[in-house]
Amino acid sequence: MLNFFERLGEEALYFLGQAGRMGTFLAACLWNVIRPPYKIHPVLRQIHFIGARSVFVILFTGAFTGMVLGLQGYYTLRKFGSEGLLGSAVALSLVRELGPVVAALMVIGRAGSAICAEIGIMRNSEQIDALECMAIDPYKFLMAPKFVAGIISVPLLTCIFDMLGIFGGYLVGVHLLGVNEGAYFQSMYHSVEWNDVEMGLVKSLVFGLLIIWIATAKGYYLHLERGGGFGAEGVSRTTTDAVVLSSVAVLVWDYLISALML
Amino acid sequence: MAEEQVAIELIGIEKSFGRQQVLKGIDLKVLAGKTTVIVGASGEGKSVILKHMLGLLKPDRGQVLVFGRDLARVGRKELNRIRQNFGVLFQNAALFDSMTVFDNIALPLRERTDGGEENIRRNVREKLALMDLEGSEDKYPAQLSGGMRKRVGLARALVLDPKIVFFDEPTTGLDVNKSNEIYRLFYKTQQKLRYTAVIVSHDVPKIFKLADYVAMLEGGVIQECLSPEAFQLSTNPVIRAFVEETMGHIYSSEEEERGFYEKV
Repeated sequence: MLNFFERLGEEALYFLGQAGRMGTFLAACLWNVIRPPYKIHPVLRQIHFIGARSVFVILFTGAFTGMVLGLQGYYTLRKFGSEGLLGSAVALSLVRELGPVVAALMVIGRAGSAICAEIGIMRNSEQIDALECMAIDPYKFLMAPKFVAGIISVPLLTCIFDMLGIFGGYLVGVHLLGVNEGAYFQSMYHSVEWNDVEMGLVKSLVFGLLIIWIATAKGYYLHLERGGGFGAEGVSRTTTDAVVLSSVAVLVWDYLISALML
Repeated sequence: MAEEQVAIELIGIEKSFGRQQVLKGIDLKVLAGKTTVIVGASGEGKSVILKHMLGLLKPDRGQVLVFGRDLARVGRKELNRIRQNFGVLFQNAALFDSMTVFDNIALPLRERTDGGEENIRRNVREKLALMDLEGSEDKYPAQLSGGMRKRVGLARALVLDPKIVFFDEPTTGLDVNKSNEIYRLFYKTQQKLRYTAVIVSHDVPKIFKLADYVAMLEGGVIQECLSPEAFQLSTNPVIRAFVEETMGHIYSSEEEERGFYEKV
């Protein structure tokens, strides 16, 4: 029995310790984002890595998500004789929900995991210690450009995803299934309001922050992971944790933001 | 020893990791302009002492004074100000693997000084020449041999003309020629730049040739900090055992085995 409470206490302490670390880490990163000096070049490099290099996968997944929505939406709407609303159904699902969430999940898979592994390896090979000893703040030098790039790139990628999705729905709905082209765009024009776009934008901004936060913090505190994060296995385990945690966080925050903004 | 200027002073440092106490009250003075070598068996906590001096670890108890300032009590800004006097050569060099050799050495200059790119270029070239690394500036750390990596690490550590340079096992993993090369560069650069050096090493007895003082860590405490000659003749049983184990009986004290071994 005592053993059980000991374990429970240990778990609680570990959880609190980790939550505290993550919180102070985020505060330190955001402070270093707003504090001068501002260097453009590292931010551009990160935008290239997180944003530009994710464009292809976003184009691809966006188009197919829209095509599936077109297909499924058409068969559902046809039951009620309202195929004309297909454009509205595709656009609303994408702009409010699927665009930000699927784009964020893609960025986690492509960039979040890589960022966590990169920072984790830097921690393992004493590169972060080396930075500190050179009086170069790792928050300012390593983290801040990634945060800025994440907050800029994820909303832009989401926009691309939405556009391609709408185009994919158009291809399937209009050209394959014969929905009227005017009706497709007209229903979209009438039903999508600024509120919907705003919700998608807020979500993608929050997701951008969440993805970079979890990936960088997990890598940065690799050495404090339970069971020791050292070695190649430690890096791989921590990266997997970061991917799972950020995917769950994205879905939880998706619900919270939807509930708050509806 | 007392009248000379003290660069770093450790007073009663204790440090535990989990339930294991690694340091049990370390007292050590590092004199300015001198080379202090910390020796001891693997896993005794030599690198832990170094990390305390660098402000990377905070002691559970005790003080780490660098130029008279307690590292555990200063803010981040002040700590960074103190660290501007530091140069560090890490055990595996800790080069930034996504940057070229040139960018690695230029990084402290780019981040911490306002000198133009031309000045930076000149300074880096100078350090590359000092380390016999000309022609390697566009290579990545993964393309270098262990010895070259250490030389790049040393160039990076020295690029801002630091007052104190720390070496964590500078020759581990290198063959005899390569370690001699590192020692030669160390000697050459210290003659030129006159920095205080703290070296953690178990390359005994070779390291004694470079040391002004040798400190022995055993059982979580510094047994003694002596000149290399006094160290080899010390009557402290722990040091005796270490000297005999690493250097053989030839270095034993002449008092006890007079007439049997040649004089030291």
